[in-house]
Amino acid sequence: MNVWIAIGLTVAGCYAVKLAGLLVPAGALERPAVRRLSALLPVALLAALTAQQTFSTGHDLVLDARAAGLAAAAVALLLRAPFLVVVAAAVVVTAGVRALGG
Amino acid sequence: MGTEQVLIQEALDGAGGRPRAAVVRDALGVGVAVGLSGFAFGVTAAGAGVSVLQACVLSLLVFTGASQFALVGALAAGGNPFTAAAGAFFLGTRNAFYGLRLSQLLALPKAVRPLAAHWVIDETTAVALAQPDRRSARLGFTVTGLSLYLLWSLTTLLGALGAEAIGDTAAWGLDAAGPAVFLALLAPMLKSTTERAVAGLALVLGLGFLPVLPAGVPVLIAALAAPAVLWLKGRSS
Repeated sequence: MNVWIAIGLTVAGCYAVKLAGLLVPAGALERPAVRRLSALLPVALLAALTAQQTFSTGHDLVLDARAAGLAAAAVALLLRAPFLVVVAAAVVVTAGVRALGG
Repeated sequence: MGTEQVLIQEALDGAGGRPRAAVVRDALGVGVAVGLSGFAFGVTAAGAGVSVLQACVLSLLVFTGASQFALVGALAAGGNPFTAAAGAFFLGTRNAFYGLRLSQLLALPKAVRPLAAHWVIDETTAVALAQPDRRSARLGFTVTGLSLYLLWSLTTLLGALGAEAIGDTAAWGLDAAGPAVFLALLAPMLKSTTERAVAGLALVLGLGFLPVLPAGVPVLIAALAAPAVLWLKGRSS
């Protein structure tokens, strides 16, 4: 049930902000402070989520094969690889390190 | 007439501008590449204890990847539904600003907007903004949106169903797909010192509070890195 509550809220919230952008008169969201904050919020969230999902299990900070996978993804990004290759690099390297007992 | 038909028809009506085939090729390239990563989402969702139906509902009705990954990640970590949804929502707020840009660029009829809104995401915005004229932008938005939506939903289903067949998703390294997706979305945003400062502070806050606060809350605290850095920057200049 908890999962459905979370899904319902996410569906409603995410659609509402998408629609708001298309419907709101341009001036309302054009204030520089609002624009700056909106550009920076995803940066903060994505950085925190990347770190958490790479370096934690539950409430514990851990360093395991996922770190190697993320490093591979970072290298792929620096080489300007396509999106799918970046994700595949992370998956393959993580699996490889685990197979080697890392 | 559906959104896509209206948009495609209007795109076909005009002459001149960029060749339609070139726009369609670019749009399909993005739509297919990113659409296929719905498979990783389906597998991740299943690994997080989300049912096949729930995973599909998320892809069909939320349709903004980072928010979806964040939600199932937070639920897997034991977050309550409100903090989990709040993190997904804040990630989705950037789509409001994409919509603002797109509403001027595409100049959609009012009746079409509620439908088109569902497709306002990173990829459709990127393709539409890259076009030199309105007709190409509309075509790029529509083809990217349609191909990505269909493939993302389909591969989510396959991933969620396949997760059982795959067995231990961790052994296959699929738990690294979520963070890799986040990193791929984050990397192009790190343009100046401000962005990098926000990312660095958010990383420290997100990991620092993780052991001591309930799941989901550290990410919301990490989001405060954005206003904090803006405030510090305002004071120093």
